[in-house]
Amino acid sequence: MRPLHWILIALLLAAVWGSFAYLSLDTGQLLSADAGAQMSKYVLSFFPPDLSLAYLAQTWRGAVETIAISAIGTLLAAVLGLLLALPASGRFGVIPRVIARLLLNFLRSIPELVWAALMVFAAGLGPLAGTLALAWHTTGVIGRLFAETLENAPPEPAQALRLAGARPLVTFLYGTLPSVTAQFVAYILYRWEINIRMAAILGVVGAGGLGQMLYMSLSLFQQSQAMTVILAMLMLVALVDAASAWLRQRLAQ
Amino acid sequence: MKSEAVSSAVLRDPAALPRLVLIVTFLLLLWPGLTLTEFNLGVLFDSRNRETIGKFLATFFPLDVSADFLRLVFKSTLETLAIATAGMAIALAIALPLSLMVTRSLSISRIGPRPGGWSGRLLRTSARFILMFFRSIPEIVWALLFVRAVGLGPAAGVLAIGITYGGMLGKVYSEIFESDDTRPTVALLETGSGRLAAFFYGMLPVALPELVSYSVYRWECAVRASVIMGFVGAGGLGMQMELSMRMLKGAEVSTMLLIFLLLVVLADSISALLRKAIA
Repeated sequence: MRPLHWILIALLLAAVWGSFAYLSLDTGQLLSADAGAQMSKYVLSFFPPDLSLAYLAQTWRGAVETIAISAIGTLLAAVLGLLLALPASGRFGVIPRVIARLLLNFLRSIPELVWAALMVFAAGLGPLAGTLALAWHTTGVIGRLFAETLENAPPEPAQALRLAGARPLVTFLYGTLPSVTAQFVAYILYRWEINIRMAAILGVVGAGGLGQMLYMSLSLFQQSQAMTVILAMLMLVALVDAASAWLRQRLAQ
Repeated sequence: MKSEAVSSAVLRDPAALPRLVLIVTFLLLLWPGLTLTEFNLGVLFDSRNRETIGKFLATFFPLDVSADFLRLVFKSTLETLAIATAGMAIALAIALPLSLMVTRSLSISRIGPRPGGWSGRLLRTSARFILMFFRSIPEIVWALLFVRAVGLGPAAGVLAIGITYGGMLGKVYSEIFESDDTRPTVALLETGSGRLAAFFYGMLPVALPELVSYSVYRWECAVRASVIMGFVGAGGLGMQMELSMRMLKGAEVSTMLLIFLLLVVLADSISALLRKAIA
């Protein structure tokens, strides 16, 4: 152990102690028997989950809505991302490249949930806000990935077409696009997977899907319904994980 | 005339029809999605909505830099950092013991006298299940639950981060322990040392740099997460941002967005610095 390590450890311990002190967390109160009893009562109120047919149907609709939000949001982001990736890959010169990159960075650095809270103002409560929120953030991510793929694409086919006299659009469609399509599709699927998970929770700020159902049932103190929604979220994520693993295995072959 | 016929024949895309069919099927499949998401961009340009959002966006600039507000933002930024740090402390307290239980190469029952005793397996499986349960519920859902249980404020955020990140760290820690060179540990265990001694002298020295580097990276994620959890009332910068949004105070929102971006950059560089100091 070097002295630097001891200093770091001391600093870390001080930071942890300082954090608890700053938040004035009453750990004694949190761990008291009274709080424990209250907590276990709260936890028990979640069981059994509400499995009535009517609520299951509603949860099913919420899950389908969640998937729709993620799919449309990702699709929108793919289109916008491609449109921004073209200037961002430097095809139209330096200044459009810098501007497009700045825009992509901005879109990407604001988290989905903050976008969702903003979009609820622009589009009202409901799934459209979630769709747009996912679309903005994902545009930032996908646009950058697309731009990098375009920059790394082999230039020879496009050059050959260009030299043979093809117009720029045709050059792009038949010279560049075929060599990047597989990568683009992989990126889109990867982001879609992430966005399904995101869409499930975006609703807690009012942007539709399962999250909004969870928020509402918790606000109405209907814990057993909240439990149903949480279980649906877990199942959705597990399903997506399994599907993606299966698809990856198939594609890798 | 003849050359024209040749050129039009050459320029026809042989794969045009399959592509068209693929795109049309895709669009037909997505069509119900458009209705389900109430997809109508017209809403954005609806005159009443446009007025509200326009007014809101117009107040984004200039930024609010009044001393009172900046003091408030500074306090909530510190609160966010404190939530992340305290949450990580709890996460460590959860992750370390559970990851020790889960790690297979620290198992003594594996060696003997009765290989594969059921009690050890039961303990390991239940620890693994707890870790999985903790991390598979997203932190914002935990935050939502804890806000109901312990009230609005940073305590909910600390607990949510502690639980979710405890689950993640525990899993990754045990994977690090397994993937490192386990021969020293096994040698110690087989010569009769206790589990903890084998861990401290055989396993920890090998695994420590990777453990620290991963934990520091997770702290960085916790800073971001604690801002976001504020939106459901778990304290910190996010809670302040949500309040300002509710009151349509655009200047405050844009200032805090900027501070948030700076905070992410700061956390990123602190974590890079720490990792460099350890390496």
